[in-house]
Amino acid sequence: MSTLTSQPTKESTAPRPRFGWLITDSISVSRRHLLKITRVPESLFFALIQPVMFVLLFAFVFGGAIDVGPGGAQSYREYLIPGILAQTVMFAVAGITVGITEDASKGIMDRFRSLPMRPGAVLTGHTLASLLQNILVIGILSVTGLAVGWRIHNGFSDAALAYLMFASFAYAITWVGAWIGLHMPNSEVAGTAGLAWIFPFTFASNIFTPVATMPTWLQPFVLWNPVSCLALAARKLFGNPTPLLGDSFPERYPVQLSFAYCFLLLAIFAPLAVRAFKTRNK
Amino acid sequence: MTLAIKASGLAKAYGDVIALNGIDIEVEQGTVLGLLGPNGSGKTTTVRILATLLQADSGSASVGGFDVATQPDEVRSVIGLTGQYAAVDEYLTGRENLELFGRLFHLSKFDAAKRATELLDRFDLSDAADRGIKGYSGGMRRRLDLAASLIGRPNVLFLDEPTTGLDPRSRQGMWAVIEDLISEGTTVLLTTQYLEEADQLANRIVVLDHDRIEIVCESAQDVARAASLIQEFGSAPATSEEVVKTVLLPVAGGSTAIVNIVRKLDENKIAIADIALRRPTLDDVFLSLTGHATEADEAISAPAKGRRGRKARS
Repeated sequence: MSTLTSQPTKESTAPRPRFGWLITDSISVSRRHLLKITRVPESLFFALIQPVMFVLLFAFVFGGAIDVGPGGAQSYREYLIPGILAQTVMFAVAGITVGITEDASKGIMDRFRSLPMRPGAVLTGHTLASLLQNILVIGILSVTGLAVGWRIHNGFSDAALAYLMFASFAYAITWVGAWIGLHMPNSEVAGTAGLAWIFPFTFASNIFTPVATMPTWLQPFVLWNPVSCLALAARKLFGNPTPLLGDSFPERYPVQLSFAYCFLLLAIFAPLAVRAFKTRNK
Repeated sequence: MTLAIKASGLAKAYGDVIALNGIDIEVEQGTVLGLLGPNGSGKTTTVRILATLLQADSGSASVGGFDVATQPDEVRSVIGLTGQYAAVDEYLTGRENLELFGRLFHLSKFDAAKRATELLDRFDLSDAADRGIKGYSGGMRRRLDLAASLIGRPNVLFLDEPTTGLDPRSRQGMWAVIEDLISEGTTVLLTTQYLEEADQLANRIVVLDHDRIEIVCESAQDVARAASLIQEFGSAPATSEEVVKTVLLPVAGGSTAIVNIVRKLDENKIAIADIALRRPTLDDVFLSLTGHATEADEAISAPAKGRRGRKARS
């Protein structure tokens, strides 16, 4: 009685190319999230409206009060757009935190976990879908920027590198959001907690105002803040105004530092999130 | 005899709360086992452990010949799970849901689409196939959920309270669908709070409830005091019968509780005439499920459908 014969199984007994399945499973899961966006187009609409509003408000309302060097308002608009791009990438993280918490608190997560799929694919698929949405928003925002007077001065390859940097950072930082989402009790808490940590990183940065205008005790944080690095790197690559504080490391090598941050975030938070996902409710 | 599900000594605690205290289950290939018990008796915990969603603190289990702890992938490829809540994506259509799960079961795109259409037809969801789940009724959602759990043609199907919250008509519909599956030879582990449901669908019924400790005091005056003294060891309020000098205490961890109770009563100089651990009986469970005793109820006397023969109630 103790010897159990295994039942004949179906397609799934084929040898498992684990990594291959991680990719196909991720694509299936991200397709689910992209379909969802088409079913609730409002979510994409408001994800777009918010940064566009910021562009218009800062370009025409607050911008006149902020001095980024010679050139006045036009110069500020050129300064502003890379900052708004960085901000948008940050704010998008809150969405995935709520999304992951919502999924995790519903039965569908049990369904995923009872399937012979790669468990990590639930997260990679979600983050990939979020990246695609981010790329779309960044594109539309860039067009808005061009309309209010922002320009790319340094040629194609630098601009391409800047966009690659935004995409890499957008992808890496969503893993932080996913990791947080896996620790939230419900989507209401996720909505507030998912934004709470984003605000200091986004606003204690150089995205709207030059570092020199801030108190000296805050300046080191602002200089090393990944969001500042990202914005400064993009300004350098696009050839936009870069009012510098001095010649500290993050101001000299913002592009390298931004990519290093992407790598670090991914190396730390992707494994943490996958582990949290596997052990959740166990 | 081939066992599709075999579990021995499964235990699970959430902090101080013991959800499951050493349960043994054996389900023969092609049969239906009903796990009957009130809320909190550990039915869902059992299913979650067997479906690899939860790790047991101790004990071992195998499903379809694969160990749930060490071969979770293999187990997942032979099981289907339908939980208490429809585990589908609200924003997708019925067809998209089934295709998604089919792809995640590693069916080819073509096979996933074909299987989705088959299942939608079979569960009478063809008309609603391309509508969002948001517009589905409760019964339709459950049917879709059941369809989703059948994508991989599982040998072993877990049905965790499949009809809880459904109106009587939808419940009848679910039963018909489940009976069909059973007649095709799928092994099923069904949990339910409804005696009628277990009676209708299962070949065997296992009653899941906490043990009770029965203490008979030497003196009737001690009964009330004993009941309040030992309450801390119980999982539910103790009941006392002064006439027969008896206290009944539901407990989760039977044998350790006995030791603690004896010590506690001894410290307080309460003499015990007898103490015994009582396993739950169907009558006990029925009482806690319905609030009244078995003989008065029509459900238990409802004629058992003779199709699948003898119903052993253990």
